[in-house]
Amino acid sequence: MSTETVPHTAMTLVDHLPAIQVLLPFVMAPLVVVVGSRRLAWPLTFLASAAAFVVSILLLMQVIDGSIISYHMGGWAPPLGIEYRVDAANAFVLLLVTAMSTLVLLFARRSVEDEVSAKHHALFYTAFLLCLSGLLGVAITGDAFNIFVFLEISSLATYVLIAQGSERDKRALTASYDYLMMGTIGATFFVIGIGFLYMATGTLNLADIAGRIEDLGDNRTVRAGFAFIVVGIGLKVAMFPLHSWLPNAYTYAPSMVTAFLAATATKVAVYVLLRFVFSVFDPDFLFGTNTLAFIILPLAVVAMFSASFVAIFQSDLKRMLAYSSIAQIGYILLGIAFLSETGVTAAIVHLFNHGITKAALFMAVGAYVFSAKGTFYDTLQGMGRQMPLTSAAVVVGGLSLIGVPGTAGFISKWVLVEAALEKGWWPVALLIVLSSLLAVIYVWRVLEVLYMQPASESSTVREAPMSMVIPIWIGALACIYFGLDTDVTLTAARTAAQGLLAGSTGLH
Amino acid sequence: MTEQLPTAFLFVLGALILPVLPRGAVRALFLVAVPIVAAWQIWTTPLGTSMQVDFFGFTLELMRVDRLSRIFALVFCLAAFLGNLYAWHLRDTVQQVAALLYAGAAIGAVFAGDLITLFIYWEGTAISSVFLIWARGTQGAYHTGMRYLLIQVGSGVILLAGVILLYSETGSIAFQRMELGSLATCLIFLAFGIKCAFLLLHNWLQDAYPAATVTGTVILSAFTTKLAIYALARGFAGTEILIYIGVATALYPLIWAQIDNNLRRVLAYALNLQQGFMLVGIGLGTELALNGAVAHAVVGVAYGMLLFMCTGAVLFRTGTAKASDLGGLYRTMPLTMLFCLIGAASISAFPLFAGFATKSLILSASLKEQHYMVWGAMLLASAGVFLTTGLRIPYFAFFAKDSGLRPKEAPWNMLLAMAVTAVLCIAFGSYPVPLYALLPYDVDYSAYSTTHVITQLQLLVFSTLAFAVLMRAGLYPTALKSVNLDTDWSYRRLLPRIVGGIGETLGSAMARMSSMVNDGLRSLIIRMYHSYGPQGRIAQFWPTGSMVLWIAILLGVTLIVNFVS
Repeated sequence: MSTETVPHTAMTLVDHLPAIQVLLPFVMAPLVVVVGSRRLAWPLTFLASAAAFVVSILLLMQVIDGSIISYHMGGWAPPLGIEYRVDAANAFVLLLVTAMSTLVLLFARRSVEDEVSAKHHALFYTAFLLCLSGLLGVAITGDAFNIFVFLEISSLATYVLIAQGSERDKRALTASYDYLMMGTIGATFFVIGIGFLYMATGTLNLADIAGRIEDLGDNRTVRAGFAFIVVGIGLKVAMFPLHSWLPNAYTYAPSMVTAFLAATATKVAVYVLLRFVFSVFDPDFLFGTNTLAFIILPLAVVAMFSASFVAIFQSDLKRMLAYSSIAQIGYILLGIAFLSETGVTAAIVHLFNHGITKAALFMAVGAYVFSAKGTFYDTLQGMGRQMPLTSAAVVVGGLSLIGVPGTAGFISKWVLVEAALEKGWWPVALLIVLSSLLAVIYVWRVLEVLYMQPASESSTVREAPMSMVIPIWIGALACIYFGLDTDVTLTAARTAAQGLLAGSTGLH
Repeated sequence: MTEQLPTAFLFVLGALILPVLPRGAVRALFLVAVPIVAAWQIWTTPLGTSMQVDFFGFTLELMRVDRLSRIFALVFCLAAFLGNLYAWHLRDTVQQVAALLYAGAAIGAVFAGDLITLFIYWEGTAISSVFLIWARGTQGAYHTGMRYLLIQVGSGVILLAGVILLYSETGSIAFQRMELGSLATCLIFLAFGIKCAFLLLHNWLQDAYPAATVTGTVILSAFTTKLAIYALARGFAGTEILIYIGVATALYPLIWAQIDNNLRRVLAYALNLQQGFMLVGIGLGTELALNGAVAHAVVGVAYGMLLFMCTGAVLFRTGTAKASDLGGLYRTMPLTMLFCLIGAASISAFPLFAGFATKSLILSASLKEQHYMVWGAMLLASAGVFLTTGLRIPYFAFFAKDSGLRPKEAPWNMLLAMAVTAVLCIAFGSYPVPLYALLPYDVDYSAYSTTHVITQLQLLVFSTLAFAVLMRAGLYPTALKSVNLDTDWSYRRLLPRIVGGIGETLGSAMARMSSMVNDGLRSLIIRMYHSYGPQGRIAQFWPTGSMVLWIAILLGVTLIVNFVS
């Protein structure tokens, strides 16, 4: 694998792309406030997000062959200055985040008009931009403390966004408050972990920390740092049993926020976990391996089953999907816990595929909120006939959630099963297949509600507007496309996995 | 252009176009045209053609045309044509689309050259066909459909598990001759066995076929079981255990066919029984026996459809297929009666009718391999088929006591479909040479030797005699109004009871446990948050509190693991 580092010359605009990636939404955020116009807020936000999307494509194209871009913020060389590092793994995450934000924004205009009171629109989009830039910053930066800062930026913005759901349901405030409490504890643990690492190595630059840990060997301080970071990030990932903020937050947030968060926020946190477990700490350290085998692996399996069982018994589509997300995160963590190239590839591919699947599904939920004014199963009865386009997209998304061949979800589960068999752990492979059967049940319940039960006589629900249906279908078609053409996703994921598993050497 | 397209895609394409066509004659014409085009395409594709695509690191072989797959694909086209002709009057888009997709999936599976493609189409047949049952629209049909779907999809899942294991063992996904022995091949064998309705895996068949719509049953009867026969002939030819499974499958349904009241269910048992003959042929594994199995599958499609068409026509006109409610219909449905007799003669292997020319291949093969017991058992089964199906169905439906029903003759399209199928049954039986020419191996065999004919006629004559004597003496089981539960009692009655019992116990245990845990946590939190406010607000704090507790626990455990290792 090439570990050649592109020298930092930063003469042209292209060289500044890593900075532009984060700055675009970050600068646009105050601009939206200053302009303060309700009508201009959406176009400006969309513009920033779309531009960031283009930038992320350009970045991925530069690093897909395995090379690394190292960008020195303000020209200060690391380890003193802050370094932005782009390799295949985080370029892939950047692409996912910007693609999803752009897609969800397309959908958001009508949805936000409907769900958020008009006087808050400008501030709502500002918070969204801050959240976006925070997530991008977390993914792109190569500095441990900088990760914490961006994590807090995105988290604080997220709390605000979730609280905006109070227009529809006051419980959004409690949900947001709960998440605030827990998110803060998680972030604190994370920063304590970084503190330990700083204590042990005297540096905050990830590559530098990795190098010094390698020289030092492991010691108690490093181990404590590792434990704190895994638990702190585990909370952001919604790793079972640290998931209980998620169902309420997803249920009561405005639809577009849920779609965006489900597709990106937990995924970025997974990326941070990957980065620390594999690149910063040498994956050969016994304590790392043991943590994966004795803590993350069993918890992942428990999550796959218990969250799916909870999802089966839900009577609210949005909450059901939230619990399904917790189960799907179990698959991702399982892939990481395999500690093999195929396993990590499966985790990254699933991160992407589940991202698009859930974005499509939660946007469809938003369409139901818009047209049918509710997401409970009894409100959604017979919607298959009254909102055929949205409901058909739910079918596609649901199939992808189950992992039916021909959809994106199948690819990631296939790679995951392959990884399990490669290790010879075929009981685990069996568990993966069994838990998929649970997904069949909870998806089936939804389809039954949509298609097999008659709508109430007096119902006059109409299909959602095209500005919502089209983004939903882009997501649904992406589920099918990435289920058939796996070149892009698998190549990028495999390169990323190789980069991550090369361990700390991948950072030099 | 059609040369580059796998045949199955023609059907999928047809199913996509179908809903936009105007209902009525145009659509019906389209439905019968698609199988003809497909058959023409198969016929003009040279043997040995192979069509491959790369999918996700694997090379999938979408088309593998050889003599074994070609004959099955052709007969499936024929079945789709006849079934759609029979359903000409139908105005139900769902059933029409399902029928096309079902036929397409079955043909795709037959042409599949690798196990992944096979799996995809395997599940395709399961999912598309269930709509033919659900289309009946009754509560019973819904539940039957669910049971059917569970078993069929279960078969697919077992197949997938076997394929994955096989791939990790051998690194190959090619669909070819396999040996039983490893877990992988056993799983694949089991998956095939479920679709093939092996004894004790057979209940779905008698459960589902009588529950489908009039036209749906005709189509259902043609594909799934014969697809499984093909898969076994391809994968497990010459596997000895199949002989004994075959004999058991051929004998067991006799009892049930004899006593069941629903004529369509009787037929389902009779078809199940025929599966046994084919399994014996596959188990023997010689060229002659395989030819026999394949030929028997081909004519089995024809007379199975014909008999279901006849009982379907009766059901369509009278609204019932129960032996106890029918009788004396020959007065007003003479043509249907005639076709039913031809079908009965074919399934009973009368000389000059379809079953004879093919069953004797298997019988001869078993003698050649010196399986005398097997041969004897098959003779017994043949006599039994005649007694339970060949005589019973026409007798109770069209003769017997006069039920007083005076229905109209079946509609023209049904009659036409039945006539074409009946002619085929006679043609296959009287002049089997063209059929023999299409079989996988070259045959030099004549069914009409004196011994064969005499043996078979003896069998039939004495069975008829037995029937007549029993009828006279009043010993023949009369048609009782009843629904018989076969071994499916185990999962339709016993299993729910067991599961219900376990569920209840577990449920109450879980409830007690979780309430204990809840109480524990609650009291803990009450103590922790006692100073923060009145009782009412504590519930609100609950998620945050427990989560913080979890964080602490998890951190502690992680630290311990880290320090210990």
